[in-house]
Amino acid sequence: MNFELGQEYVLLRKMYRSFAENEVKPLAEEVDEEERFPVETVEKMKRFGFFGIPFPKEYGGAGADNLAYAMAVEELSKVCGTTGVIVSAHTSLCAAPIYEFGTEEQKQKFLVPLAKGEKLGAFGLTEAGAGTDAAGQQTRAVLDGDEWVIDGSKIFITNAGYADTYIVMAMTDKSQGTRGISAFIVDINTPGFSIGKKEKKMGIRGSATCELIFENCRIPKENLLGKVGMGFKIAMKTLDGGRVGIAAQALGLAQGALDETVTYVKERKQFGRSISKFQNTQFQLADMDTRTEAARLLVYKAARYKDAKKSFSNEAAMAKLFASEAAMEVTTKAVQLHGGYGYTREYPVERMMRDAKITEIYEGTSEVQRMVVSANLLK
Amino acid sequence: MKHTDYKDVMVFCEQREGRIEKVSKELVSKGRELADNLECCVRALVLGHDMKDDLNELIHLGADEVILVDEKELAVFMTEPYTKAMVQVVLDRKPDVILVGASTIGRDLAPRVSARINTGLTADCTSLEVDEETKNMLMTRPAFGGNIMATIICPEHRPQMSTVRPGVMTLAEPNTDRIGVISKVPVKFETTDMNIEILEVVKETKQKANIEDANVLVSGGRGVGNPDKMKSLESLALRLGGNVSASRAVVDAGWIDRNNQVGQTGKTVRPDLYIACGISGAIQHLAGMEESEFIVAINKDETAPIFDAADLSIVGDVHKIIPELMKILPIHENEQ
Amino acid sequence: MNIIVCIKQVPDTTEVRLDPKTGTLIRDGVPSIINPDDKAGLEAALALKDEHGAHVTVLTMGPPQADNALREALAMGADRAILLTDRKFAGADTWATSMTIAAAIRNLDYDLIIAGRQAIDGDTAQVGPQIAEKLNLPQVSYVDDMKKDGDSLILKRVFEDGYHRIKVQMPCLITTLSEMNTARYMSVQGIFDAYREKEVETWTYANIEVEEQHLGLKGSPTRVKKSFTKSVKAPGKKYDVDPQQAAQIILENLKEKYIID
Repeated sequence: MNFELGQEYVLLRKMYRSFAENEVKPLAEEVDEEERFPVETVEKMKRFGFFGIPFPKEYGGAGADNLAYAMAVEELSKVCGTTGVIVSAHTSLCAAPIYEFGTEEQKQKFLVPLAKGEKLGAFGLTEAGAGTDAAGQQTRAVLDGDEWVIDGSKIFITNAGYADTYIVMAMTDKSQGTRGISAFIVDINTPGFSIGKKEKKMGIRGSATCELIFENCRIPKENLLGKVGMGFKIAMKTLDGGRVGIAAQALGLAQGALDETVTYVKERKQFGRSISKFQNTQFQLADMDTRTEAARLLVYKAARYKDAKKSFSNEAAMAKLFASEAAMEVTTKAVQLHGGYGYTREYPVERMMRDAKITEIYEGTSEVQRMVVSANLLK
Repeated sequence: MKHTDYKDVMVFCEQREGRIEKVSKELVSKGRELADNLECCVRALVLGHDMKDDLNELIHLGADEVILVDEKELAVFMTEPYTKAMVQVVLDRKPDVILVGASTIGRDLAPRVSARINTGLTADCTSLEVDEETKNMLMTRPAFGGNIMATIICPEHRPQMSTVRPGVMTLAEPNTDRIGVISKVPVKFETTDMNIEILEVVKETKQKANIEDANVLVSGGRGVGNPDKMKSLESLALRLGGNVSASRAVVDAGWIDRNNQVGQTGKTVRPDLYIACGISGAIQHLAGMEESEFIVAINKDETAPIFDAADLSIVGDVHKIIPELMKILPIHENEQ
Repeated sequence: MNIIVCIKQVPDTTEVRLDPKTGTLIRDGVPSIINPDDKAGLEAALALKDEHGAHVTVLTMGPPQADNALREALAMGADRAILLTDRKFAGADTWATSMTIAAAIRNLDYDLIIAGRQAIDGDTAQVGPQIAEKLNLPQVSYVDDMKKDGDSLILKRVFEDGYHRIKVQMPCLITTLSEMNTARYMSVQGIFDAYREKEVETWTYANIEVEEQHLGLKGSPTRVKKSFTKSVKAPGKKYDVDPQQAAQIILENLKEKYIID
């Protein structure tokens, strides 16, 4: 087991870091303050392959892998949680299921523009009555001749309104339970499909989180992803990959908060010396660093397992569970170590703490992750 | 050729528009000191056309001979004609040492010459001495981004060439009793020597657009008092060839544009010189400037935290000290 | 159009610190980067490639780890990468370095050679012009802007007090300033390809024609007699004096630091 990353990953990290510092970080405060989706950053990221990192070149991707993708989300999230989730939701939740379950025609038509960054992706599973209980889908899809007709709504959808391509789950046969759910590819410009209310959130405030509304929305039958009744399975497998992305986002937030805190405690003087000299400060930092590093190993392992085409669902759950809780802990300690200044918006740590909270909730709450891990143990 | 065939200190005297550059006068002064130690002559080499300065000044500063190559091809600096002329003179006169000012011209010309005559060149020297035992030059220069100093020797090759940083060597007092000789040397050029074409010559002395690019920052804090008083900081900045920047308090008060803010929520700067005027030194401000090469802090409050970060701390009133400074600081070319 | 860009892998000297106890440089953990002036030259070459089509070769003389700098250049879009490496080259001053690089360049086709003005570790600004001399090429240094005009280049050559607009016919050599442009980011694909699809050619003494006596430490006319660190930044001095004296103290300090003449 080699813990050293190959040179290509070292160079990738260098590029990600430089991009994050120069292009993403200067906007982070404003994006949060104004709840603004960073369109200009998305434009730039497109040019350098950020939206198709793990997909083969033949589909417009960068021809890299899931580890490279996780590192990208990590480095972006270090400076801006919003930007990290934009890439993560697009890649893992929209492009990936098309890559994994789509027909060749669907890949050419939908995956290629997504991987090239020409189009942005989103994923609609959650509904008002179906969160953790994802099987409780109310949105329905009925086959009418050559078209599927979708009716219903989704909430809390990341990238909504800015995305062009949406993977949408809908009930096609209520009597079948989870086997009665199917997955569909819906384009934003489809009549009957509109974007509803935008949520006001605690954190990742620049991320567009909105309702999707389907009213007699007709899509070509070729837009069925996978087979009828396969939707729940597609959703669950998709979320496995998404968990790696969110775990990477949480990891980035933790690392970013830690880095800021190390700089601050060296500069801040109280009682005639730098507060970094106090043992409490040192011990807190040691704990923050160790937990972040442990999170990193779990995230990278899950990514590597996915790249090796091994089963990685359990690893992804562990990574997401641990990294999100670590992020919450580390960012909270970061604010504490910054003292009063940490509570103000002059320093980025309060934003990182607000951003971290959602990582314990979306793409499967920590409780769901615990269900996955224990089920794997007790099977 | 043996070393004993090489004698004298030759100083390349750079001219622009017929006027000798200050750095060359500094080098003639230094050359005199070296030549006295080496017991030889100083020969000042001037390449140009229709010189406006009185070349006797070079003699008054210590040159024994001014070698003037006056050709129309040398009116404006171009690498090949200058190299050809200099090489011709150097091969003829065989100096032991050649000093060139490390200007944008010197750093273009000297390496070309050294490569043509196959000798060693040491760049951007800040100190020149003679090794008492060997009588070789000891040429000391900064390296590694200025983090270390290296003393370089050129033991086997002649001439020993070095470019010297402007402003480092001391200008001598001119001695009008000194006598010397001005020799004119002709150099013939071919059309192939004129291998570049100058389409346009533009003079501009510009202030840097961004505070992050400035070499000198004069920065104001709340202690400056009121927006009018920022003007004196502007004059000082102009005098030092730099820009004005400010702390957040000053920006929030509307005395200066946000682009000039230094600090946690502003910009991070690392100029060669940062003068903090009436800035208390809150941690958010320090975060933006503590990497500056040389920090001077002026503040009435002797307990101000800025003094912990400063290299030179002055307890006093900015508005009394700046006028005194303006009296004794030399005028900057930007001010003309 | 064939362009050769000479680059150097250097430690990021802005990150280098002095150990206050020993007075020596702390080089550990200092990242290696492509020298900024060279990177600008590479970006300028890639911009020419984008606009007019060109083949860009990057060349570096250095130890084996300079391979990483070349990979970075390939990831940015260079077509070919050559690492000139051999124990015989070690210890070279600028004269011997330029001899070696010029010898390598003679094996290649070129219309334009680009070198950075100076490296942030050596700080000499000599290698570019010396290569030009060895190859008998016209040189334009301190280039801040470059445009192609048929088989010539129109260049902005910067001086302290202004600039010249210069036209030079290729083949020629230019040295570039880091302020000239903002280098493009590498793409994810570019980075993966640089390590997984592309090759860095390694050339040693055997691959170039140059006399051994002109190489390395032995072939260098200049050598380092000694090196030392400047004294560690002493804690600041504080003065509480009248304004005239204060001004005088400031002036003296500025002169000492060469900030003013």
